[in-house]
Amino acid sequence: MPVLEQPTDVLRQFSHGDLDAFEALFRTHQSEVYGWIVRIVRDPAAAEDLTLETFWRIHRAHARFDPARSFGAWARGVATNAALDYLRTARPETDLPDDLVSPVLPDPGVSEELRRKTACAFHRLPPKLRIAATLALIEEQPYKEIAEALGISTSAVKVRVFRAVRFLRDELKRQGIEP
Amino acid sequence: MMENDQERMQQLLRKTMLPVAGRAGAELRHDLWPGMLKRLEARPVEVPWFDWALLAAVAVWLVFSPGAIPLLLYYL
Repeated sequence: MPVLEQPTDVLRQFSHGDLDAFEALFRTHQSEVYGWIVRIVRDPAAAEDLTLETFWRIHRAHARFDPARSFGAWARGVATNAALDYLRTARPETDLPDDLVSPVLPDPGVSEELRRKTACAFHRLPPKLRIAATLALIEEQPYKEIAEALGISTSAVKVRVFRAVRFLRDELKRQGIEP
Repeated sequence: MMENDQERMQQLLRKTMLPVAGRAGAELRHDLWPGMLKRLEARPVEVPWFDWALLAAVAVWLVFSPGAIPLLLYYL
């Protein structure tokens, strides 16, 4: 993901609560933040709402922002927390988004049943493991970037991915699928 | 063994749950700033409950210990 950075004076003005600076940051980073969130929640409508929620949180926390830091990285961290809160409240079996999970067939050898069972097992993962697995295994984002967004170490991300794989394997075996 | 497990699972996931990149909905379709403005107008920045609780605690403290007022003013 490209890291867009702002001149320091815009960041300083934003940290003092300037609305024009906030708008400039919003316009520069909205696509990047949306792109990050939609990778996690896999639902464009929810991702738009969460992008607004992320920037709302950013706006409220302006005084805590250090202009010497990267705004993009900070925003990604806030976005990840907003997405995590969303995944915690979304009900696992009933909230499978249609447009990003099922209809396109990338591999004709994959049956609809396998696709559905895998998606269900995946949505049963605890949210923290699901985020790590989505970003690392499906979206193939670098571990370092995931670690930064989650506010944990790279090793901790690897542990979460390992636990997610073990959970999925057991869940799929229970449904009669040998991954 | 562990890595094989992970690779197999990754292959299965990428076959059944496509990566978002390059698909419909992966890119932002419109400017969200108007929505943000609406939200900013509808939800003015709230003072966290903890700040109110702290203020109330200080007020109670000052009512019961008026002698502390000069001390507080000194530290302010």
